[in-house]
Amino acid sequence: MSGNRISTDVVVIGAGPVGLFAVFELGLLDLKCHLIDILDRPGGQCTELYPEKPIYDVPGFPIISGQELTDNLMKQIAPFGAEFHFNRMVTELRKEADGTFVIRTEADDEFHAPVVVVAAGGGSFQPKRPPIEGIEAYEGTSVFYSVRRMEDFRDRDIVIVGGGDSALDWTVNLQPLAKSLTLVHRRDEFRAAPATVNEMRELVEAGKMNLVIGQIAGLDGDDGRLSAVRLKTKDGETRVKADRLMPFFGLTMKLGPVADWGLDLNDNLIAVDTAKFESSIPGIFAIGDINSYPGKLKLILSGFHEAALMAQAAKKIVDPDEKVIFQYTTSSTKLQRKLGVIS
Amino acid sequence: MKLIVVDHEGNRHELEALEGWRAMEVIRDWGLDIKAECGGALSCATCHVYVDETWIEMLDAPSPEEEDMLDTVPDAEANSRLSCQILMSEDLDGLKVTLAPSCRNDEEAARA
Repeated sequence: MSGNRISTDVVVIGAGPVGLFAVFELGLLDLKCHLIDILDRPGGQCTELYPEKPIYDVPGFPIISGQELTDNLMKQIAPFGAEFHFNRMVTELRKEADGTFVIRTEADDEFHAPVVVVAAGGGSFQPKRPPIEGIEAYEGTSVFYSVRRMEDFRDRDIVIVGGGDSALDWTVNLQPLAKSLTLVHRRDEFRAAPATVNEMRELVEAGKMNLVIGQIAGLDGDDGRLSAVRLKTKDGETRVKADRLMPFFGLTMKLGPVADWGLDLNDNLIAVDTAKFESSIPGIFAIGDINSYPGKLKLILSGFHEAALMAQAAKKIVDPDEKVIFQYTTSSTKLQRKLGVIS
Repeated sequence: MKLIVVDHEGNRHELEALEGWRAMEVIRDWGLDIKAECGGALSCATCHVYVDETWIEMLDAPSPEEEDMLDTVPDAEANSRLSCQILMSEDLDGLKVTLAPSCRNDEEAARA
């Protein structure tokens, strides 16, 4: 499998509000951006964790939801034609001999750029791993947090855990393929779409699958091959034969590969200066919740400020000989042309 | 008023709490290992605690939204609560909770 090969001015890791606004500030300085995010859409925490929840401390907006803020930012940066690469986790970041950076993703994309901006918030969103002893040994062989190929589940004894849409959708989708299927949830109420819940209940009624109210107590197997899942229920422990286990407990943020890029960290945050928000490696900047400096506040507005200052420093790296004159969008016809508000 | 917290290693901490603070905020403020990644928006369940059995009756029952979020922790028990939904008050002086494994910061963080 071969991914994209891309050369650009700036690679932004993270497409949350701060990463998006970085595109705006960099765009005003004529810098072209590519954004990479592990989620399937822009907005980061704002759209993944609280799309409908109101935010009250974005200057100029007495109240705005995470989704509205994201939509507005997308509109605001539209003139700059940034390119988005979703569903991708950056796995490698290193400096070439010529001073440019190489960024690789899990999907085997390779980006080359003189400037990298890490705007990764709390890290990357990854599936919650149940705290079951020894579960790591089964991951990728018997324990899966997503379905890549449905065929891998044909004629298998499957246990699915959870009560949300992922758990219920995969229950009804995999049931026809499975040798046996057991859905495990901690209570007899489901927050998934009611239609899917009804479908699951009909399958149970018809004896085509099992529903167990309880939780995983442990795993049995050898050598990464699962043989059974032990379940804790109101009536004691039971054992279900299984060679596939799919826990669906939603996502959580993990620092992930950021820790391996050789950047100076401070309590698992990237240490930066407060003039350019540059990390210990010149050319790599860190803005938003992922950075650390004296007095840092994890606010969206702090990230916006950091993006503006970072952009000035980034410009000097990409176009060292160009003299940058500071201008306002209200008065500069040059900036207004870039924004497409005048022709 | 006090909030008693048993941490992931089983150590007991007596934390000074303030009226109107969420238990999560008290635990985080004192620097114990609690992820609380959404900051109290009831959207992540990474402030999951077990409430001491003797105190469970003193708390208001969890809202349907809190129950929904508790579905996303893999280690829920009958006495599971999200500590961002517990508001400290004089009635709760001495409340005892135990941090659940699922509220830890991630392994990478623990390692570094």
